[in-house]
Amino acid sequence: MELLINNDKIKIPDEIGNVSVLLEHFQLDKHIVIVEVNGVILDKTNHRDTRLSDGDKIEIVHFVGGG
Amino acid sequence: MSERYSRQEIFAPIGAEGQEKIRNKHVLIVGAGALGTGSAEALVRAGIGKLTIVDRDYVEWSNLQRQQLYIEKDAQNRIPKAVAAKERLLQVNSEVDIQAHIMDVSVGEIEELVKGVHLIIDATDNFDIRLLLNDASQKYTIPWIYGSCVGSYGISYTIIPGKTPCLNCLLESVPLGGLTCDTAGIISPTVQMVVAYQVTEALKILVEDFDSLLRKLQSFDLWKNQQTAIDVQSLKKDSCPSCGTVRTYPYLDFSNQTKTAILCGRESVQIRPSVQAERNLDELASMLAHQGKVDQNPFLLSFTIDEKRMVIFKDGRVFVHGTKDVSEAKTLYHRYLG
Repeated sequence: MELLINNDKIKIPDEIGNVSVLLEHFQLDKHIVIVEVNGVILDKTNHRDTRLSDGDKIEIVHFVGGG
Repeated sequence: MSERYSRQEIFAPIGAEGQEKIRNKHVLIVGAGALGTGSAEALVRAGIGKLTIVDRDYVEWSNLQRQQLYIEKDAQNRIPKAVAAKERLLQVNSEVDIQAHIMDVSVGEIEELVKGVHLIIDATDNFDIRLLLNDASQKYTIPWIYGSCVGSYGISYTIIPGKTPCLNCLLESVPLGGLTCDTAGIISPTVQMVVAYQVTEALKILVEDFDSLLRKLQSFDLWKNQQTAIDVQSLKKDSCPSCGTVRTYPYLDFSNQTKTAILCGRESVQIRPSVQAERNLDELASMLAHQGKVDQNPFLLSFTIDEKRMVIFKDGRVFVHGTKDVSEAKTLYHRYLG
């Protein structure tokens, strides 16, 4: 399926069915992240329950510590 | 209109009135690494009235690639960053009142540092201290601007007590591990981009143009050509122990503070003694001279033995270089320093 992630059209394998797996796919699962799907910010506990569909608009911001 | 700040005064959102406000403000920058030197130079050039800058570290060769206030002799002589930064900042603008402290900021220090401060800029390299800044910001109602970067990725967010969510609302827990300058490196444009966001937000706050604040969690990746911003206002939590209705300010509780820290960008551990006492570096030098190689300057002593190097600061803190293992570092510390 094709998702709009941080304003880029990105094709991902269909078996990535939810936000939690998507974060693993981008190796962001160990980070603290804030995820917005179609304009709604997800609660961190809902990442696994949030299904993804073709064309979803997703924003992902992850926290880093350096400076 | 002053000649010196004329271009900034011509900029309509600031104007002569805004410039006068900037001149009457006091900013605290915590950290004088890449982000801290960038923000400090920009604010000093912009004519900030008073700047306090604090840092626990000293200048090394690997800093010069991106830490814009430092030069080769600072690295050669291992000058503490606070000292080297102040020297350069005064050359840039001698009208600014610059307070520089060689200091590891913890609970006691932050409560002193924030007195009379209008804004805190985060230029630190770990979340322990950011959550400390966050609690101090809430307790004393002082805005602060989070900023961080690794590789080509950067992030920033402006926290206004009583208005926006705080860092504790956004994180919910202290991030462990993750990428650091150590593992992912850093390029200087990433630093400059975060500094650009932080300083622009700072100027808005200093001229009291709060309506113009970004109000979004901003992130970018310069190498991957990505940029995104999320409106996180809905994440403000009434139950937050830092900014909610019942506040405990958990990170201002000393028992929640780490006494050892792995330093970003190096194989090094900092050890901070639980009881603060000034060290007599001359005595220490003569004591350690029989054990290994000793170098000294007025601020610190460097002691090399085998593959390891320890740097002992006058205030009692010790850096153990050549290891990321906290317990190994503590062992060396106790072996040579009692």
